[in-house]
Amino acid sequence: MSAPVSPALLDTAPVLDIRGLRLRLPRTARPVLDGVDLTVSAGETVALVGESGSGKTLTSRSVLRLLPPGAVAEGRISVAGADVLTLTPRQLRTLRAGTAAMIFQDPRAAINPLRRIGDFLTESLRLNTKTPTAAAEARAGAMLEAVGLPPALLRRYPSQVSGGMLQRVMIAAALMGEPALLLADEATTALDVISQAEIVALLADLRTRFGTGLLFVTHDLGLAAALSDRVCVMYAGRIVESAPAGALFARPRHPYTAALLAATPRLDAPQGRLDAIEGQPPDLRTELTGCPFAPRCASATDVCFERTPAADAVPGDPAHLVSCHHGDRLEGSTGHA
Amino acid sequence: MNFVRFALRRVAEMAATLLGASFVIFGAMYLAPGNPASFLLSGRSASPETLRALNAQYHLDAPFAVRYARWLEQLLHGDFGRSITYRTDVSRLLADRLPATLLLVFMALVLVLVGGLVLGRIGAVRGGAVDSTILITTALAVGTPSFVAAVLLQGLFALRLHWFPAGGTGDGLGQLLWHLTLPALALALYLIGMLARVTRGAMLDVLGQEHVTVALSRGVPKRRVIGRHVFRNALGTVLTTGGLIVSTLLVCTVLVESAFGVGGIGQLLELSITTKDFPTVQAISLIMVGLFMAVNLVVDLLHPLVDPRVTYGSGRSIG
Repeated sequence: MSAPVSPALLDTAPVLDIRGLRLRLPRTARPVLDGVDLTVSAGETVALVGESGSGKTLTSRSVLRLLPPGAVAEGRISVAGADVLTLTPRQLRTLRAGTAAMIFQDPRAAINPLRRIGDFLTESLRLNTKTPTAAAEARAGAMLEAVGLPPALLRRYPSQVSGGMLQRVMIAAALMGEPALLLADEATTALDVISQAEIVALLADLRTRFGTGLLFVTHDLGLAAALSDRVCVMYAGRIVESAPAGALFARPRHPYTAALLAATPRLDAPQGRLDAIEGQPPDLRTELTGCPFAPRCASATDVCFERTPAADAVPGDPAHLVSCHHGDRLEGSTGHA
Repeated sequence: MNFVRFALRRVAEMAATLLGASFVIFGAMYLAPGNPASFLLSGRSASPETLRALNAQYHLDAPFAVRYARWLEQLLHGDFGRSITYRTDVSRLLADRLPATLLLVFMALVLVLVGGLVLGRIGAVRGGAVDSTILITTALAVGTPSFVAAVLLQGLFALRLHWFPAGGTGDGLGQLLWHLTLPALALALYLIGMLARVTRGAMLDVLGQEHVTVALSRGVPKRRVIGRHVFRNALGTVLTTGGLIVSTLLVCTVLVESAFGVGGIGQLLELSITTKDFPTVQAISLIMVGLFMAVNLVVDLLHPLVDPRVTYGSGRSIG
């Protein structure tokens, strides 16, 4: 692992361990999440990549048990040893206020415009612990400084601050409870390119300084490559491939990953046409048999439509898992035809 | 600083509007059919001398502009003129009757705010059967005009159950409050329904916003999220209905006071219109316009406190 983290942190149990997470929504024919396995170690950054509707946001929200109305979850989600799906409401609030925190996509929508930034930062701490207001505000000021903002922002309203600064405020808020795990849900998507780069640098910096585990949900492969130690590719509610970032981008084993890479614009190959993936992701109202990607896959054979592939380690690389009956076919490919 | 400038500008605007309103009110009475003198004589034939004396006493023979200017000048000195029907100063009449009306409107306003906000909040938060019940009851309330509500409440709680008096104002504050309970309820019923629906809608709107999910994701207890974020943010929308609520209360108090025989300015206005008591009608109309504008001014001044994105004056930030 190339993460610049002290070895002691990597020895600890994972801060996030999802096993066989299955999530059903009302009025759907198949689970929207279908057996998701995912781990994030302390100080590790894991990117969760996929198209809209692949279930990546639902996966990250499940970690805080922020489930849509009527959703039924099976499996196990454990955050720093706590079994999220079985916590009492009080324990769940403690988890949300401390152990795990989420950074949301659009800071303008995520922060109440009618309350001061200081109130937003200190709210969870003041209401969940007996922290006095002065102490909470001191900590909020320190967290603002940690993300490169002046503590004077505490007295301001969100509308008086730029989007990039507001996303830093969001991150400072996530750090308030000293979380072991940060969940960033498309945390840079709503920002301009400059702010985006700043936020990514900030997240990378925080990981080394605080040793926080980070689950980075994005549809942006380039961003995932730049920021993460490991990348999980999600398709139709399943993780189809998971590997260290370098290996995944150099030698993708799943045809979907390869297709996704081929569909991503690259600066070093500007003359080539982008290969869009033909077809649509499967609809939630239809049952699935076999591999969910088979109808769109060029390498699909009969077995792909009959049996669901299991996640197997690539020979010689136990950290590289792929769910494909023909995972060996793409060996040596760069993903760019 | 900005606040003071904004307030001063608004007060100046209010004075200008009031002046315009005074012209319309004064002029409207003279557009109405009939001559004030003939109402004074109430059908009796009078000698030209009597008529001339009457016209001189009430300045009815002067040109319109002169009469309007004289009326305005008197107003500035706090003099509303003399009531033709009651043969006494209009200001005396108002001083006697305004307290009952203000108390009635205030009681109704409290009922509207408490009832409307509580019902709206319960409906939005609880949902399900509770919400449906509130929706149906408030729809009934909104569909019931205040004079119908007055008759129904009178029939049920005064005449049948004898819990409250059917009319009048009684002696002393305690008696007054007791006598005004049913009228206040009749006055408030429609607006409770209206406000409950506005509050419910505004809260449901906020409930769907992401910052509510974010607050929950940070471990803020649901109860506190509802209070600190959902209800708090809905108040801006609720506040904008403030002017409408007060104007409706002022208009409906005329009907409700008449129905319950409450001796307030609403009842006085109704009696004065039927007797063509011009000075009294003009004074009451002007006071109602003034009250309505004062409430709108207060609403505008409060708005930036409820929503920091709204600023005093145009395009200027308060930060």
